[in-house]
Formats: sequence, C-alpha cells, structure tokens
Amino acid sequence: MSSQPQHVQDMRTPLKRVRALGAARSGVGHWWWQRLTAVALVPLCLWFVWLVLRLPHLDFASAHVLVATPWNTLLLILFTAIGFWHGQLGLQVIIEDYVHTRWIELTLLIAIKFLAVIGALACALAALNIWLAVY
Amino acid sequence: MPHARPLSPHLSIYEWRITMVLSILHRVTGAFLCAGVALVAWGLVALAAGEGAWGTFAEFCGSWIGLILLVCWTFSLFLHLCNGIRHLFWDAGAGFQKSEYFTSGWVVVIVSVALTVITWLWAMRAGGAT
Repeated sequence: MSSQPQHVQDMRTPLKRVRALGAARSGVGHWWWQRLTAVALVPLCLWFVWLVLRLPHLDFASAHVLVATPWNTLLLILFTAIGFWHGQLGLQVIIEDYVHTRWIELTLLIAIKFLAVIGALACALAALNIWLAVY
Repeated sequence: MPHARPLSPHLSIYEWRITMVLSILHRVTGAFLCAGVALVAWGLVALAAGEGAWGTFAEFCGSWIGLILLVCWTFSLFLHLCNGIRHLFWDAGAGFQKSEYFTSGWVVVIVSVALTVITWLWAMRAGGAT
C-alpha cells in the first residue's frame, strides 16, 4: 500500500474532496493564530491602559518622552501589530458570517488585511520615529 | 448559494440570556475595538508628526464625543478582554457546566464594569483628559 503513489489510493482531486464534504485543512491556522494573539494581548492591553493612565493631560512633550522610553517603544510596536492582526482575524470571521454577496465579501476581506498591514506598519514607523528623535 | 442549507430559527424567538448577550457583545466590542486600535495608530502617527498634529488628536480625545467614545472603548476593551479569557478557558475544556458558564458570564460583566470605573476614576483623579 505505502509503495503506491498517492493518486492510486485516491483518485479524487483536493477540490472534490473539500467541496461540501469537509474542511480544506487550513482552518486550524486561523483558530490557532486568533488564540495566540489573544493570549499575547492579555498582558499587552493591561500594560497599554496603564501607559495611557500616565498621560492624563495628553501634553505633547510628556507623551513624546513616555513613548520614547525603549521598553515602551517596543511594547507599543508589539501591542499595535498584534492588535491589528487579532482585529483583522476577528473582522474576517464577522465578514464571512454576515456578508453573503461574494464580491463584496472578497473585497472587504482584502481591504481589512491591507488596512491592518498599513496600520501596523504606520504604528511601528511612528514609534521608531519618536524613539529616534529622542535618543 | 450553490448548496441550499436549512436555516436555524431566527434570533428573536429566543429568551435573552447572559450567555447570548455576551456572545453578541464579544463580536460588537471586537469590531468596535478595531476602530480603537485605529485611534491608537492616529495618536502615534500624530505624535511622530509633531505638535500641531498631536494637538488635533488631543483636542478630539478631550472633546465630548471623544470622551464618550473613550469610555466606550475602555469598557469594550475590558469586556472583550475578560470574555476572551473566558473563551480561552473553554478552549482548554474547562467551565462547560451550565452553572459555570452562567456564573463566569456574570463575573465577566462585573469585573469589566469595575475595571472601567476604576480606570476612569484614576484618570479623573490624575487630572482628567480635559
């Protein structure tokens, strides 16, 4: 049996196997990354609230100094990147559940992924820019 | 749709329960928090851009609409965080007894309301955003 090539054991194409019959064997990836980012966001969210609470007056100079602290820069980049990633995974599920017109669904799915990458990169560049301006 | 599927009964026939309310709120707060992380992005980019851009951002955060949104974002964050931890316990296979998921649901509501109140009392005591 094991000496036979794959197509002899099963003549069906992967598409035929998946269509109305079961999973495409990639669904666990989404589930796993959603949980992994969720676990990472538990401490990061609590840290972020604590960070913002140290800026009650929102004045430019103290915000600049606070964000430019190396640990804060690092954690802010992590928080925003993982936050955008987790958010995008969640929005994907909402869109897949409620948008039933295929082309709108696909457009939205592409748009949220593009926006998440732009958002995460913008945050990382801004945080690094602030860090470099001070040090 | 290529394959017609039977539809489940419509949402409106069910009696409201803490479990379904939290399930719906988890999605709503999750979507709302996506706008929240966009606000964080705006703040960071404004801080990098300079004092003028930051001023516009700070003015928005200190305005009435900004403060109302910030309170909603704070509550959404804590609710999604607490309920997310509840989901992680379920993923590990714990807390599936009927009494357990009703209790954990109310714990999520109480803790997230308490954390929101504590956060804003702290913020106001420190001077307030306005």
